[in-house]
Amino acid sequence: MRADTDLRPAPTAAPDGVPSPAPPASRRRANAPRRPLWQEKPSLFGLSAKTITIVVISILVLYPFLAVLGTSLSSEAEIAQHGGLVLWPAHPTLAAYRMIFTGSVVTRAVVVSLAITLAGTALSLLITVPMAYALAQKRLVGRRFFLMTALFTMMFNPGIIANFLLVSNLGLSNSYWSLILPSLVSAFNLVILRSFFMGLPQELYDSASIDGAGDLRMMLQLAIPLSKGVIAVVTLFTAVGYWNEWFNALLYLNDSTKWPLAYVLRFYVDSGQSLVPPAVTADAGIAPQAVSMATVVVSVVPIVLLYPFLQRYFTRGVLTGAIKG
Amino acid sequence: MSFWQRVKRDRVLLAMLAPGFLFFLVFCYGALFGDIVAFEDYQPYTGFLDSAWTGLQNFSAVFADAVFWHAVRNTLVINIVALVLCFPAPLALALMLNSILNGKVRKFVQSVVYLPHFIGWTIIVALFEEVLGSGGAFTHLESALGLGHWSPMYSDAFFPFLLALESIWKDCGWGTIIFLAALMNIEPALYEAAALDGAGRWHRFKSVTLPSVMPVTMLLLILRLGTLLASGFQQILLQQGNVSLSASQVIDTYVYSQGIAEGNWGQAGAIALAETVVGLALVLGANKVAHFFGQDGFYRRES
Repeated sequence: MRADTDLRPAPTAAPDGVPSPAPPASRRRANAPRRPLWQEKPSLFGLSAKTITIVVISILVLYPFLAVLGTSLSSEAEIAQHGGLVLWPAHPTLAAYRMIFTGSVVTRAVVVSLAITLAGTALSLLITVPMAYALAQKRLVGRRFFLMTALFTMMFNPGIIANFLLVSNLGLSNSYWSLILPSLVSAFNLVILRSFFMGLPQELYDSASIDGAGDLRMMLQLAIPLSKGVIAVVTLFTAVGYWNEWFNALLYLNDSTKWPLAYVLRFYVDSGQSLVPPAVTADAGIAPQAVSMATVVVSVVPIVLLYPFLQRYFTRGVLTGAIKG
Repeated sequence: MSFWQRVKRDRVLLAMLAPGFLFFLVFCYGALFGDIVAFEDYQPYTGFLDSAWTGLQNFSAVFADAVFWHAVRNTLVINIVALVLCFPAPLALALMLNSILNGKVRKFVQSVVYLPHFIGWTIIVALFEEVLGSGGAFTHLESALGLGHWSPMYSDAFFPFLLALESIWKDCGWGTIIFLAALMNIEPALYEAAALDGAGRWHRFKSVTLPSVMPVTMLLLILRLGTLLASGFQQILLQQGNVSLSASQVIDTYVYSQGIAEGNWGQAGAIALAETVVGLALVLGANKVAHFFGQDGFYRRES
């Protein structure tokens, strides 16, 4: 099911003798979108209203990204001239990026965030995938109990206080583990993977079992290769979660050298503090705003880079989780 | 086969499941024990076991606190505004997307509107701050048009709407996925039959499209009601400094400031526990309502 690429039912051929409101095929341009037979030709007004809506929505989503990118590439004079945001810098400069990547707090934070994201995602998959596979096997002893234990956690949240006390009593405060462990396994991802494993034909498992494959082998050589798409979605969800993590850093990390990028962003940019001492930026002729915006761009880039590769699996992943609960 | 024989047969599967199960035990159920502080005068250096028991005193202290009730009111206002503004948006967008016939255009628009879902709140707040904040494009536009200096980022009255706007920007596109799937599943023959019977565009929409997306809409609405007390915490905490506390203090931020910031563990734990219980009751209640309407709800009804 490639739901994201083809949401529209294929136009059916007109049965003989049924009067059709569609224009004769000869009058249609060859590459014009094919309209279902029952639909009238759209009015000029309807068509333009729709076009305007599409354009406006796309601009509303894309404008902040482009403005931030443009501003990060602008000089101080240009930002002042445009009153804050520059969409298209006339003389793009990488000065702001050079500044944040020469040993500032941002450089460290990027490394920390990348490490947390890679380690957290790998560990999370290493635990979630086998658990989902085991829970998908109907014969598993105590299956219902294990499943309910996991699913029930979707319905309650112990709350900040309880989590905070747990993490500090486990001695994880001020360690990178406090960013990784509390969100290691998500019941939602578990459900998505499990439904997919359950959807694989039982005959596959049966025949592999007759050929003498054990559970581990069946998971590694059968179930996982067949579920690459869903695993990609779960990987993206997990990785994005770790990359955007700031609240656990706020709770547990006093040591500012351990801060991930998202928290640096919150600490300096959102709260309006200057990332680099004003004296330094003034000397170099760089606007503090460009420095902040360069940090935002650096936080967005990994997501935008991953996005095209995983996008085609979204719909399937989300729907598997939502419908087969 | 006896229980132990089954355990022995499934030992590989059980080993696969063990680390994840351990995680849920420790980080979800184990954490619940932390809520014991709701009944104690908890001192971090004394520990859970040796802190003095105070019974329900923490609860009565919280319920007597006017600030707490103000936070409850703000929570409800913010979430109801969010519900009214954010809930219908994905359905409208899905209907619009579904009406785009050109595959390439539709795919492009979908790629664009899904993207913000993956952007974290810290980044989104920074983006909004830049566009709508004091030094941003909005202020520039305002002064260019001579409209004064009102800023949506720092207005108490506008705060719930600002939160809703940000939520729509982030998740409206993502929310369309499930509606689009429902629209895709509509049998084309239904439209054909309706058109043959002389139903116009609007009539087909009313009698074929709407009834087909109604079940999933109702289900999502009910589930959304279940989380009425617990949404937007990160988003609000990030922007609390921009507006006054009387506009932005919600239950979650009250818990945070009482417990983590002021070390008032017992009272913070008491509200957190009360919130967990109310939240659970809301979800289970919403689920009952879903079953009443013949939906599967959060979990399937045992039949």
